[in-house]
Amino acid sequence: MLKQIEGSEAVAEAVALCRPEVVCAYPITPQTHIVEGVGKRIKNGSLENCEFINVESEFAALSVAIGASAAGARSYTATASQGLLYMAEAVYNAAGLGLPIVMTIGNRAIGAPINIWNDHTDSMSMRDSGWIQLFAETNQEALDLHIQAFRLAEELSCPVMVCMDGFILTHAYERIDMPTQEEVDAFLPPYEPIQVLDPDEPYSIGAMVGPEAFTEVRYLANDKQLQALRLIPEISNVFKDVFGRNSGGLVQPYRLDDAETVVVALGSVNGTIKEVVDAMRKDGEKIGSLGISSFRPFPQEAVYDAINHTKRIVVLEKSMAPGMGGIVDSNVRMSLSGLSTPVHTIIAGLGGRPITMASLREVFEIAGEDRLPRIQFLDIDHAAVEHEIVRARHTRRSGPTAESILRHKAVNPAQKG
Amino acid sequence: MDSSSADSFNIRDFLRLDMFPHFLCPGCGHGIAMRALLWAIYELEIPKDKLAIVSGIGCSGRIGAYIDANTFHVTHGRPLSFASGLALARPDLNVIVITGDGDCLAIGGNHMIHACRRNLNMTCMMLNNEVYGMTGGQASPTTSEARYTTTSQSGCIEPVFDACALATAAGASFVGREVTIHLPDLKDLLRQGLAHKGFSFIEVLSDCTEVFGRKNNLGESPEMILSQKSRMRPSSYGSVDGNIVDEPFRANTLPTGILSRNERPEYGDTYRKHAADIRALKSGK
Repeated sequence: MLKQIEGSEAVAEAVALCRPEVVCAYPITPQTHIVEGVGKRIKNGSLENCEFINVESEFAALSVAIGASAAGARSYTATASQGLLYMAEAVYNAAGLGLPIVMTIGNRAIGAPINIWNDHTDSMSMRDSGWIQLFAETNQEALDLHIQAFRLAEELSCPVMVCMDGFILTHAYERIDMPTQEEVDAFLPPYEPIQVLDPDEPYSIGAMVGPEAFTEVRYLANDKQLQALRLIPEISNVFKDVFGRNSGGLVQPYRLDDAETVVVALGSVNGTIKEVVDAMRKDGEKIGSLGISSFRPFPQEAVYDAINHTKRIVVLEKSMAPGMGGIVDSNVRMSLSGLSTPVHTIIAGLGGRPITMASLREVFEIAGEDRLPRIQFLDIDHAAVEHEIVRARHTRRSGPTAESILRHKAVNPAQKG
Repeated sequence: MDSSSADSFNIRDFLRLDMFPHFLCPGCGHGIAMRALLWAIYELEIPKDKLAIVSGIGCSGRIGAYIDANTFHVTHGRPLSFASGLALARPDLNVIVITGDGDCLAIGGNHMIHACRRNLNMTCMMLNNEVYGMTGGQASPTTSEARYTTTSQSGCIEPVFDACALATAAGASFVGREVTIHLPDLKDLLRQGLAHKGFSFIEVLSDCTEVFGRKNNLGESPEMILSQKSRMRPSSYGSVDGNIVDEPFRANTLPTGILSRNERPEYGDTYRKHAADIRALKSGK
């Protein structure tokens, strides 16, 4: 059924349709509406047999979910930004234990400085935790990925993060095709845990493992991700059979035939990129794009197959590794090992800076002329940066950078950015 | 000085006016608490350069940004930890922590009890509005029973923390509570807390009209504040030594004023003396 609905509400409804048995909640912007939405459905009776637990922190939220999952309950929580960092220990723990928890990340920047707006730094920080990370381009896909995530998590016994851009998706109202309970039930069987704390068949979960077996346990964690590489497209295909639409999978190629420039990105910005690709195609430019839906496991083969023929690659990412450059970028390069295709990185949208079609078109055109540097920050205010560098050089006790740049911009408001 | 300083106290002298307009909602009690704090600082004649104000995340945490002093806006739940480092490194500063019920008692609860236990010299002003206001009204550890929030949609069933009893039990050497309607009393309480050597914990009952009062039909700010006032029971605390966990003599009342106070050793002093003793021992003196 079609609905005009907020992204968070859509996800809340999708999660409720998946019949979770324990949902843990701690507020953090921009995720809060999702757990509130699930709570609302418990209250009005549309989600039955579900415990909604208010906890004292994100650390507790995921820890409670781990306990619930170990007891055999289908468990769900959601967080963002600082909340994900605060629960980091439990994030690794859930993956190490192989508990099929599903968690939404309303992607948001990491402080300091405090910033509540969208980028991908939070999820990226947990990319090596052993969780599967799926990125949604639209709210419809966010909804669909949650339904797929429970099935994927439970088939593999591995936790899954569904990442959706904070505000851009979580707070946006879009037309959503909402599945029925019958459809979801047909797609997602009741949870049958492969490990569960059961007094009738006692064993311990989370025991200490020394050097004699730790490597093997970690090897199998990697192996599980490799299994996911096979399973994610399979589940996406089954999903298409039941719900009648493509969602998820490993990668999403767009107008790649004969493309000489390919833009690679994660999440909602793919929508903007496709618009720019269409506009540039209309003007005869050979450009296409590749959305990456599964960031962990990283689909190296699928990426290679999709873009090995192209002349140049532009990775546009909402995250960065200070001292290194891009993060998605490194993964793309790894996938193209052995090829000499130039890969450029554009760091964009940090802390919610808008990514406009005009700015994208400008850098894609420069890329097409092979004039794009190795790494570029989209729409950066070079004057503000220069001013701060000079100021810091001349004053030992120069104070906090963030406040200084804000002050500089307040005095020079006309500057771009 | 006494309340007559109300005439000479000009709050604008203590504000960063470039940060205005502030983002607090109409009817929010947090601004009154900030005024009381700045008034107390004024009366104690603490130079701004000798102030270090540390705040966490939430509506309460935002207050630090409006104060013209050295302010440190830190991560959710951790202001007392940041402040502990600050207070140990700079014992000459007046360290003030501004926090809220969620920041201090939920995600930062662990740090709160240990700050009380250590008894480092600082003043913690916890603004209790019974809810996570900034994120739109979720249940906190002080949300009263049966209150509706977006995460207690059938009414809250969890018992609340009595923050002052908790602080007292955990060892804070100065504990008090006030309501915003008694501004001079709140100012006096904060002044005594600031002057106290050791960990001072002061709970201010604030009111969240927008996402809590409205949802629970508690009226607007005046109704909410008057309701707080009707439940107040000024404490008769005198010069009694030792910690007293004050039991309410009738249900649903709020002891206010200084609830407990003692002069046990301040951790910074103990630490520095201990360090000096060890140095002396090592150098054979």
